Amino acid sequence: MSTSIGWRLLKAFTVLVYAFLFAPIVVVVVLAFNSANVGTFPISGVSLKWFAKLWENEAIVGAFLNSLLLGVLTAVIGTAVSMLAAIALVRYTVRGRKAIGTLIVAPLLVPETVLAVGLLLLLRILDLPRTFGLLLAGHVLITLPFSAMVIQAHLASLGRTWEEAAASLGASPFAVLREVTLPLSLPAIVAALLFAFTISFDNLTASLFWRPSGVETVPTQVFAMLRDSVSPEINALGTVMILITLSVSLLAGVLRKFASATGGGRGRRPDPPTP
Amino acid sequence: MWLLLTPSLTLLAALLIVPISIMLAYSFYRYVDIGVEKPAFVLSNWWAFLKDPYYHYALWKTARVAFITTVICVLVGYIPAYVIATTKYPRRWVLMLLLLLPFWISFVIRTMSWIHVLGTHGAVNTLLMSLGLIDKPLELLYREAAVVMGLVHFLLPFTILNIFVSIESSDRTLVPVARTLGATPLQAFLEVTLPLSMPGVATGALLAFVLAAGSYVTPLILGGPDDFLFGNLIYGTVMTELNWPLGSVLAIALTLILGALIMVYNRFFGLERLTRGLA
Repeated sequence: MSTSIGWRLLKAFTVLVYAFLFAPIVVVVVLAFNSANVGTFPISGVSLKWFAKLWENEAIVGAFLNSLLLGVLTAVIGTAVSMLAAIALVRYTVRGRKAIGTLIVAPLLVPETVLAVGLLLLLRILDLPRTFGLLLAGHVLITLPFSAMVIQAHLASLGRTWEEAAASLGASPFAVLREVTLPLSLPAIVAALLFAFTISFDNLTASLFWRPSGVETVPTQVFAMLRDSVSPEINALGTVMILITLSVSLLAGVLRKFASATGGGRGRRPDPPTP
Repeated sequence: MWLLLTPSLTLLAALLIVPISIMLAYSFYRYVDIGVEKPAFVLSNWWAFLKDPYYHYALWKTARVAFITTVICVLVGYIPAYVIATTKYPRRWVLMLLLLLPFWISFVIRTMSWIHVLGTHGAVNTLLMSLGLIDKPLELLYREAAVVMGLVHFLLPFTILNIFVSIESSDRTLVPVARTLGATPLQAFLEVTLPLSMPGVATGALLAFVLAAGSYVTPLILGGPDDFLFGNLIYGTVMTELNWPLGSVLAIALTLILGALIMVYNRFFGLERLTRGLA
């Protein structure tokens, strides 16, 4: 079958789909190096000047710093909260576990615009202004399902043998957490941190609702720049963003693989002690 | 143990449950003037939503765009999913990695990139003009088709991945069995592979529909002034018109409609599959 004409057509179509997925992105990257003063075709020469221009643009650098701070804080808070919840849900028999599990992934299932309006209504009731804190709280809400799922999957595959061994040797629950659970979960924790960071760093829809006036993140800045015209700087900024989200995600992907490999009992970890 | 759950449950209560409850209450408030409303129990906002043809149009438009996007995603996505799942190509992992790559590339940039492809000075027009096939640029951008194109580009990896997983995890020895029993390759596909991959198709389709129907940014970047979806309507009502009661009605309506779809899915396939598909 794999030599028939039909199979070849299917393969050709697959190649076309991949081209559809990646060609537009390649165009952005290629145009970022275009020396012409418009952000579109034709290409008149190769230049790095638009990347240099990025550093001189205060609005972009400001947005970049905002996104960085927001992403890091979101990742740290979200992952810490997820870790605690995951331990409770995976290690203990909690009443209503299924309901709590569904609640934790609920922010994924509710449209972002609805989550956004909800938080704004809360502010309205409390008569509070939109602040960076709101943006942060919202981003934690949006990334929580992702970090929770990564860590829960890891804890479930890790099993409790190691923790039980430590406890039977006299370790207090807190010592077990600090000396056993946390070190063994490190790859998953780092993966969750990176995962949450990229989601926050890339978020546009909710950020447009929540950002205090005058505060821009990189995506909202790109969005604002798009409304005028497609300047060559956007392409350079886009290329930088692609590099950042891509490298962080690749790192997270590798760590996640590593986490599941060690969690599953393979990898470099010694065999669990027999209780 | 409940101590461990306190931070997450507090967070979800404060940022999700309480706000949605407030939203529900607000949908019955009386709208007085721009940015002013009175606590009350009136149905006028719901009536406005149910009666005004403007909202019917937005609803219909959103459903249509999301539906077309979903159909294209499933039809176009099935073939690569099938090829990757069944190929004997030794470097298959490269194909799978490439499939994950779009998730890791900034969404704004992916959407924006279509301006370079479809715009007046975009790749398509530049190519066609230099070939002498057209005299003046075609207007490909800022219309519904461009919005659908952007959404398909965004959602296709979701559908391919979900269909791929369901073909991959089904019992592949059944196909040779069917073939020995006299089925043609097409029959074997239609009666074995296709039915077994239906959970993946359903998951991919649901994700595509829900995310397309909830989209807000894509129509703004790639659509024309007429191409607003329900998400844009919510933004406009809340952020521009400051009509919070009506905005609440719209937000709840969108949640209920998409929630009903998710419930139907949950009955047949289970929610775990869906959340796994998203992560």
